[in-house]
Amino acid sequence: MQDFGQAFSLAFQLLWTADADLMEIIGLSLRVSLTAMAVSCAIALPVGAALGMSRFRGRGAAIILLNALMGLPPVVVGLCVYLMLSRAGPMGELGLLYTPTAMIIAQSILITPIIAALSRQVIEDLHSEYAEQFRSMCVPVHTAVGALLWDARYSLLTVALAGFGRAVAEVGAVIIVGGNIAHLTRVMTTAIALETSKGDLALALALGMVLLLIALAVNAVVMALRMTATRYAYA
Amino acid sequence: MLDATARYEGGDVAGTQAREEPAVLPCEVRGLCFEAGGDLIIDNVDLTLGSTGITVVMGPNGAGKSILVRLLHGMLEPSAGDISWGGRGLCEETRRRQAMVFQTPVLLRRSVEANIAFALRLHGENGQVRCVRILDEAGLAEKAGQPARLLSGGERQRLAIARALAADPEVLFLDEATASLDPASVQAIEEVVQSARDRSVKIIFITHDIGQARRLADDVVFMHRGRIVERAPAGKFFDNPSSREASDYLAGRIVL
Ligand SMILES: Nc1ncnc2c1ncn2[C@@H]1O[C@H](COP(=O)(O)OP(=O)(O)OP(=O)(O)O)[C@@H](O)[C@H]1O
Ligand SMILES: [Mg+2]
Repeated sequence: MQDFGQAFSLAFQLLWTADADLMEIIGLSLRVSLTAMAVSCAIALPVGAALGMSRFRGRGAAIILLNALMGLPPVVVGLCVYLMLSRAGPMGELGLLYTPTAMIIAQSILITPIIAALSRQVIEDLHSEYAEQFRSMCVPVHTAVGALLWDARYSLLTVALAGFGRAVAEVGAVIIVGGNIAHLTRVMTTAIALETSKGDLALALALGMVLLLIALAVNAVVMALRMTATRYAYA
Repeated sequence: MLDATARYEGGDVAGTQAREEPAVLPCEVRGLCFEAGGDLIIDNVDLTLGSTGITVVMGPNGAGKSILVRLLHGMLEPSAGDISWGGRGLCEETRRRQAMVFQTPVLLRRSVEANIAFALRLHGENGQVRCVRILDEAGLAEKAGQPARLLSGGERQRLAIARALAADPEVLFLDEATASLDPASVQAIEEVVQSARDRSVKIIFITHDIGQARRLADDVVFMHRGRIVERAPAGKFFDNPSSREASDYLAGRIVL
């Protein structure tokens, strides 16, 4: 077991010298989670908009279900994706298990309900504001959806970033479907788990600091978005 | 009574080519009822709106003015009765040729200019030139790039009216469009409304302001408790109202 202070200085050194392994891990983390965020947005924003704009039987139940899915435990998602992708599973043929794609799938499943549920609320609020005016102007549905998504863009970006934050910090799902294979599926969270258990605290600490920095950066961007939105009274 | 097609002879109808479509006016309302929460809010209303001029709708609070106008514009479904525009029911096509300005207008969370552009695009227009001219006429040229929701009450109302007119409607409903505005803004809006009338836009204008009604009205519809109790040309209505309710209202007495 390394000395604690020594671990810290090693960690800073790794960061300062932009250690190749470290950078690879950070790069993969960002790639996987940003892709998962994009995939989730593509699915969740239309779902959120549809739920926020329409009235149908069972809508309440759908919203409750969606809200409940926000709390999906990552390990359960990991397990389900594992079962789907494993050799014996229905999608085993694709050979996706232990690839970045598998991790993207797992993270997408994890954060799609989050983005859908939060964007549903955003869209519903704006829709209740615009609905009467749009009805009066005979605005076609597709134009209305576009206008709502566009005019709510700052809030929706915040929602997307919340999804990203959840994805990048998550470990349970990616470790099951990715396997934490060096140079292939090793991301920040799985590396921290592994290195800590191996006693290599320097790399774990360096990665931990980067994760914190990312969390900070995401929050800073969210704050900046909020301020821009209120300054222009768009929100 | 002038025909609705007359408006296209005026020359200054912005960005329109003569329309082939059948006229939306006159409007005929027969036996109109609207029920909500067990109350009959509109009670067996018959009404004919001619093709031109400003019809002012007056009446005490809760008389049903806003509801009537919403029914005419197709924002609400009547419980009974018929509304026809130019001999046809209230179809999408008819609604598209009407515009409404609500008492508290909802503006898009965009710039002033983008609010107008949105309305223009709905009608298949992309004219930057037209947009600038509309803002100019509304006295909002300097505010073009500003967020619409940061405008003052009067400016918002002017923008809402400009947006409604951008759609080049044949019928324009205004529900207390000048309530809570300063005299200058009221005058500006009255001028816009009158110039629309002069372009043969049919105007239905709800107001509580008797002075304004005198200035604008060609004819008056007076409502009380969901019924039309008086319908008369403006001169007759203000000088010699025939119903007790209307004379009470004009004299500033409580209408019972
Ligand atoms: N959805 C509804 N359910 C029940 N009652 C309603 C509903 N909408 C309106 N009313 C009632 O209908 C009546 C007429 O309302 P309306 O808004 O048309 O009045 P108004 O003549 O426009 O009054 P004001 O001058 O105050 O604007 C009111 O008494 C109102 O309370
Ligand atoms: Mg009203």
